[in-house]
Amino acid sequence: MSALTRKVEMVFNEPACPTNQGKSDKERKKGCSKPLTPGAAAGGCAFDGAKIALQPIVDVAHLVHGPIACEGNSWDNRHAASSGSKLYRTGFTTDIGELDVIYGGEKRLFRAIREIIEKYDPPAVFVYQTCVTALIGDDIETVCKRAAEKFGKPVIPVNAPGFAGSKNLGNKLAGEALLDYVIGTEEPAVTTHYDINIYGEYNLSGELWQVQPLLDALGIRVLANISGDARYREVACAHRARAAMMVCSQALINLARKMEERYGIPWFEGSFYGVTDTSQSLRTIARLLVQRGAQEDLLARTATLIEREEARAWSRLEHYKARLKGKRVLLLTGGVKSWSVVSALSEVGMEIVGTSTKKSTSEDKARIKEIMGGDAHMFDDLPPREMYRMLKESGADIMLSGGRSQFVALKAKTPWLDINQERHHAYAGYEGMVELVKQIDRAIYNPIWAQVRQPAPWEMED
Amino acid sequence: MATIVTSKKACAVNPLKMSQPIGAALAFLGLDKCMPLMHGSQGCTAFGLVLFVRHFRETIPLQTTAMNEVTTILGGMENIEQAILNIYNRAKPDIIGICSTGLTETKGDDVHGFLKLIRQKHPELAETALVYVPTPDYLGAFQDGWSKAVTALVETLCEPVPKTVWQVNILPGSHLTVADIEEVREIVESFGLYPIIAPDLSGSLDGHIPETFLPTTLGGAKVAQIKQMGGSAVTIAIGEQMRPAAQALEARTGVPYRLFDRLTGLAANDEFLDYLSELSGTPVSTKYRRQRGQLVDAMLDGHFFFGGKKVAIGAEPDLLWQMGAWLGEMGCEIAAAVTTTHSTLLEKMPAEEVVIGDLEDLESRAAGCDLLITHSHGRQAAQRLGIPFIKMGLPLFDRLGAAHQLSVGYRGTRDLVFEVGNLFIENLPEHHADSWPLPGESHETAPQAETCY
Repeated sequence: MSALTRKVEMVFNEPACPTNQGKSDKERKKGCSKPLTPGAAAGGCAFDGAKIALQPIVDVAHLVHGPIACEGNSWDNRHAASSGSKLYRTGFTTDIGELDVIYGGEKRLFRAIREIIEKYDPPAVFVYQTCVTALIGDDIETVCKRAAEKFGKPVIPVNAPGFAGSKNLGNKLAGEALLDYVIGTEEPAVTTHYDINIYGEYNLSGELWQVQPLLDALGIRVLANISGDARYREVACAHRARAAMMVCSQALINLARKMEERYGIPWFEGSFYGVTDTSQSLRTIARLLVQRGAQEDLLARTATLIEREEARAWSRLEHYKARLKGKRVLLLTGGVKSWSVVSALSEVGMEIVGTSTKKSTSEDKARIKEIMGGDAHMFDDLPPREMYRMLKESGADIMLSGGRSQFVALKAKTPWLDINQERHHAYAGYEGMVELVKQIDRAIYNPIWAQVRQPAPWEMED
Repeated sequence: MATIVTSKKACAVNPLKMSQPIGAALAFLGLDKCMPLMHGSQGCTAFGLVLFVRHFRETIPLQTTAMNEVTTILGGMENIEQAILNIYNRAKPDIIGICSTGLTETKGDDVHGFLKLIRQKHPELAETALVYVPTPDYLGAFQDGWSKAVTALVETLCEPVPKTVWQVNILPGSHLTVADIEEVREIVESFGLYPIIAPDLSGSLDGHIPETFLPTTLGGAKVAQIKQMGGSAVTIAIGEQMRPAAQALEARTGVPYRLFDRLTGLAANDEFLDYLSELSGTPVSTKYRRQRGQLVDAMLDGHFFFGGKKVAIGAEPDLLWQMGAWLGEMGCEIAAAVTTTHSTLLEKMPAEEVVIGDLEDLESRAAGCDLLITHSHGRQAAQRLGIPFIKMGLPLFDRLGAAHQLSVGYRGTRDLVFEVGNLFIENLPEHHADSWPLPGESHETAPQAETCY
């Protein structure tokens, strides 16, 4: 059995995953990704997932070993923001040709690593395996090991070729790469009782910076954010955190569990989307830190901060409540967790006419049911034609989804808001909730809707 | 005459190039009721999909055979069969355009053979055209994929048919936008000719609002029209990349072709309209005579600002040639030219060298230039260099109306003169009192100032 197959099997058999634990032994063996239907599949591959999870480590060079497709067709296309180095936005690829396929691409990879280190001198190089180079048997682990020895710099193999599986599997394999090669390799200059890790927050459109001030106000330090606006050194020191929060539930659960097993870092799953969820997350962070030796007064300080910030958020939302009350929302998302957005929108009195639960766990689904009541439409996956029909029939006032399905809404002349990874607005924390509601209000009340729905004069019946 | 230099780097930095299969997929997207199908892992399709959605801001039908590690090694016959059947049952397309990827080419799947077997096994597919084009990711670039897909289309669908008077074929290259194709169509139609355009992105990706939601493309070249191409008087190929397809069509149907390597610039359009006039026996209409005058006037007004300007261009060979040759005609110096793949046009470029490389190669050569032209990925380089930037090519993900940028015909060229010229005007250097200092030793020749009382 290859190292990759072993890893994939291990990742699939995740003890901390409630879905996995609900299965019989036989089912569990099959792994958690449904087999894809050729001709009716959508979504990214494992390489895509691994790159998404690691690219927000902003000061390292991310080198894609493969033909031009994998990097050339996809680079610099997410809004994961950085407060410093921009090196992560530089596209590096070995761009292998036919001769490399025949003779092997390992030498080219080694030279590519050398070129990057000579020209850009990053603290580390991450090397991503892809389908073609995996198929021809390029051993990136060995090349990385040799390069690290030769150049005296960490060179990290990320073995998640596209054909290994889905994007979600890639996220997890990225977590494994960090556990195997990065975390625990350096020591922080100082540690405090107030150090936390965050897993699965990519700082898309700078969302981390909507939450960071809250943590700063409490004296809590984010030792490592894996990974958003992250630095290599921070990730390497992540094992010294006192507690951790896992944000995007299914992406890095293996990382969270192993960090607890190996380094005793307790963790919880939380969300920074919505007022109540943000408060709940802050409370839990404080509680975990106090349990691990932080001063007791952190709890009271957290409560005070929450009270003040919640009141501020509600007063800012007041203006929209009247305008949005009873407006109907169709929510189609996997990336941003459905239940946290559902609860957030309910808070301002909007009505959810349906939500996708494609990437949600059974626990998530229970939560959605609780918030939405029994009559909510929940669906796993919706082909565009169905989406279009549902949009027309439900009389939704707005659809929230990822970029790829936006045209279903727009062609149906229905307001739409991007809440997936390509979005430009930041929706985290109290600040983000106000922003989300403001954007929904803007979309619904834009004057174009009345105009575009008006048929041309010559199409009107007399 | 330019020297062609191939970058020797092991690591491409900031790719300019995109891969063949998505170029082929885009060609298929220019066909009506079509579903392009990429034979590879699902990520190959997902990346292409995201790229096109962001560029065109439209729904993009694109499917995958969803290969995994095991099916790759065992061969993709079953996946292709399932994919075709699923697409057939769900979408009932007129045509499925299949392109291979690096993964399945490395394995060596015999897709032509698979398709024969699938045809035998499934008579229900008889009415569905299946076109296959081999497009390994590790060879060539985006425009090669487009070119090969159109060639495969012609070879699969075209046969000699009785002649139809006034009918002409137009094979546009991948560098033509929706607006470019519309312009070409209008010009050709103004001579009373009836054009069959394939692929025709102006039908499918022009941003129309359909009545209902379709899983396939809506609009574009119809299969029935493509089958009629053998009955045309001539084939007009636009862009050097279209030569193989035009030749294949000639070989199969005897329809002769004429290739125009660009339709930007005064002389290029004179040649094009003169040819159409002769072909149709119809004089050039007043509309285009007027437009020609406007272009000449724009060139007279604009040339002051173009002369001697240094331009850096990163683009696929046909777009590089279109822009480079035209800017050369306007008096600019092409100080840096970087492209993605080989073409016979490269050595004709009015530049000292043409580099087959990446945006790092372009950035390192573009310092001190007055203008940078490349696709949206040039944004970081333009910012670092601090030089004016015109976004052209694909992808343009941070611009509205990418499909409606016009750069062909007299009118398109005239508007380009204005767009580029205005950018030069905005960036004219401002002069200061100390803009023209004398060299150090000249100061010494000045007499000592006499003090006045």
